[in-house]
Amino acid sequence: MKILVCISHVPDTTTKIKFTADNKLDTAGVQFIIGPYDDYALARAVEIAGETSGTVTVLNVGGADTEPTIRKALAIGADDAIRVDAEPVDAMFVAKQIVEVAKQENYDMILMGRESSDYNGGLVHGLVAEMLGMPSIAPCMKLDLNGNTATLSREIEGGKEELEVQLPFVAGCQEPIAEWKIPNMRGIMSARKKPLKVVPAVDTENVTSYDAFSLPPAKGDCKMVEPDNMTELVRLLKEEAKVI
Amino acid sequence: MSVLVFVEADNGAIKKSSFEAVTCGAKLGDVTAVAMGDINAGELEALGKYGAKKVLHAADSRLNDGVIAATALLVAEAAKKEGAQTVLMARSSLVDAVAARVAVKLNVPVASNVVELPDTSAGFKVKRGVFTGKAFAEVSIPGDSRVITLAKNAVAPEEVGGTAAVEAFEVNFSDADFGVKRTSVHKQEGDILLPEADLVVSAGRGLKGPENWGMIEELAKTLGAATACSKPVSDMDWRPHHEHVGQTGIKVSPNLYIAVGISGAIQHLAGVSSSRVIVAINKDPEAPFFKAADYGVVGDAFDVVPKLIEALKASN
Repeated sequence: MKILVCISHVPDTTTKIKFTADNKLDTAGVQFIIGPYDDYALARAVEIAGETSGTVTVLNVGGADTEPTIRKALAIGADDAIRVDAEPVDAMFVAKQIVEVAKQENYDMILMGRESSDYNGGLVHGLVAEMLGMPSIAPCMKLDLNGNTATLSREIEGGKEELEVQLPFVAGCQEPIAEWKIPNMRGIMSARKKPLKVVPAVDTENVTSYDAFSLPPAKGDCKMVEPDNMTELVRLLKEEAKVI
Repeated sequence: MSVLVFVEADNGAIKKSSFEAVTCGAKLGDVTAVAMGDINAGELEALGKYGAKKVLHAADSRLNDGVIAATALLVAEAAKKEGAQTVLMARSSLVDAVAARVAVKLNVPVASNVVELPDTSAGFKVKRGVFTGKAFAEVSIPGDSRVITLAKNAVAPEEVGGTAAVEAFEVNFSDADFGVKRTSVHKQEGDILLPEADLVVSAGRGLKGPENWGMIEELAKTLGAATACSKPVSDMDWRPHHEHVGQTGIKVSPNLYIAVGISGAIQHLAGVSSSRVIVAINKDPEAPFFKAADYGVVGDAFDVVPKLIEALKASN
């Protein structure tokens, strides 16, 4: 079983987001992590590779600064890694880079998070699947294998559905597909020696352009209501906020 | 501008978020809607009230299963038939992947999670939610055509009183388009679906156990709200995963979000910060939720929630 796991390199979830004067993310003091949804995909891929004597290749589209994040994925259990040497422009750009790598090998599964926690597009898995002519499943919250057939569950509004699909396929994953794995010392040491190949990006067209970033308006003070006066809270919600 | 809007239905009824998408489309140009599977005829005609001039309906029952690849082919074929410059969809568990595949089929750019009406005064620009609700991005989309998905509440649904002609629409699907087989579906019936809800009552570990959710459900029922929960509550199986709101769960943007016994960790706030009004009820006055909330009550949930239910019932 050859599994390709695509990971994003994103600010830690507790990061306070700021932008620089030239309209870029202010990375000063920001710790970067594997995208939280991608982490679930990676954890399940490592489990499946263990069950099937398979391999996990982790792929990231990014500059050299993403290599600590890639090494963490190797420490978690990926066998090798590929970094496409380019700053991600948008979802279409990233998908085309992934497709170019995926075409080089016959992967049985291409897994990634349902969306990244920086650009929140939720598009890359669908773009990759369509470009490769593969079925896709997202958001995927369970994945088991029975030979060449995968059984999955997909979250739908108000519930879930169980699905079956033949390999190969693309899945955009989320919890509770697996428990996040924390690298142990042995994993961290072995990750240093695992292969990390850097490949150039392919040229693409049809890119969108990010012209400006902004922050939501500052929140006003929270209006406190006494716990014995819920009549007042109901009045405020009706007459002031006009939401009920 | 020619606009194609993909509309989704639940139990034969078109989703409110699809009416939002039709409203948005009607503000951009002439709207054709495309719908699939079993949908009540009256619902299809109702799309005209929101500005759709025409509705293409693919009644193929296989489309009831919401298969991503087949749905994408349907939408792409409809876009080609109508010469659509903009394909619009309301974001959902199905639509992210469908929008992506449609963009590839049509060879056009795609932008998702658009939070307000696109600016067409010079080119085509959208405002997207990024960094899990912590920021916005202004994005230019070059070219004559594009696919965009709308975040919930990006555009309020607006009745303009027109009528829509409903046409049958057929697509030649291959077996590969239905390569993903649905074997079963598990869905709570009769409840207000969380991603669609305008009012949400959510609770966390402060409730102490699943046996105490009765008052949360009663509060939700009194308001006509959906119920939700924090990640620890879902992880402990006190509530189902599809109620988990937060960074790695469902992101909601209702008009009112009431958080009971939830401290307000940044991962939870990431899932609710775009709610219009937030009420936090927590016995800890230092709970971070009070910094994100519009209204706060410092008190024990077991004391406050019954009083709130009583006050709501008295006000009706």
